[in-house]
Amino acid sequence: MAYSEKVLDHYENPRNVGSFGKDEEGVATGMVGAPACGDVMKLQIKVGKDGVIEDAKFKTYGCGSAIASSSLVTEWVKGKTINQALEIKNTEIAEELALPPVKIHCSILAEDAIKAAVADYKKKHEA
Amino acid sequence: MRIDPQQDYFALFGLPRRFELDGAALESAFHNLQAEVHPDRHAHLPEAEQRRAMQWATWVNEAFRTLRKPLPRAIYLLELAGVDAGLETNTAMSPAFLMEQMEWREAVEEARAAGEADELEHLRQRLVHHGREMLAGLTEAFDRRGDLDAAAESVRRMMFIEKLQEEIDDALEALES
Repeated sequence: MAYSEKVLDHYENPRNVGSFGKDEEGVATGMVGAPACGDVMKLQIKVGKDGVIEDAKFKTYGCGSAIASSSLVTEWVKGKTINQALEIKNTEIAEELALPPVKIHCSILAEDAIKAAVADYKKKHEA
Repeated sequence: MRIDPQQDYFALFGLPRRFELDGAALESAFHNLQAEVHPDRHAHLPEAEQRRAMQWATWVNEAFRTLRKPLPRAIYLLELAGVDAGLETNTAMSPAFLMEQMEWREAVEEARAAGEADELEHLRQRLVHHGREMLAGLTEAFDRRGDLDAAAESVRRMMFIEKLQEEIDDALEALES
């Protein structure tokens, strides 16, 4: 299958790969997985005191589209508040990367990863 | 011909509709049916009936492939019961399980990069063991507890194990060549 240029770009030069220290201030983690293809995605956000996401990192085991989707969202969430980050829709990710229909689930995975990371943040900080 | 396309795959082979399966019974029922629907046996019949025999042959093959391996069989059993395994949509696996998957994938990636075939073989052995445990859990959920939600959860987990298995096989193959 032919990948779009944008997918290839993120795949070959993934942005923000890696992890934050588990106990770093303001760090929250979202773990999601796609049973259909066995992809696993970890998205971490580092949130400042003002509720704005300062930095994000990811690690994804999956196909090029899954890697590109997670790489893209690490760029998109930076500078957004956690609630703004929740507004990112998988359809926007799929559109930006020109994902074919069979790869839409990769964009869903990335959207769900943001939700999981924000949920983790809220659990830690609003309790 | 006594094949009824309305019946499910278990009924087709005269097997009980459950997860645990008598592999030898499936095999022999399959060969009997296969002989029955073989196109050569219908070569003397009118074209329409030959075509129907061909469709049956395809259907019997599909049925056999579905029941033969545990994972497709489990997915099919859930389908028959009207339970959606959520393979495409359910991304909210337990974080502990996903973390474990990530660690497995990292270990495979590192062993592959370092060219450590022994380590990969070791990982494969551990995975086989793990897979057997999950299979036992699946049998328990389907056949003894009738807990289809638990069965669906196990099926989702086993999809990851299957993927991991492929990754290890790929890595071993790459190192051998």
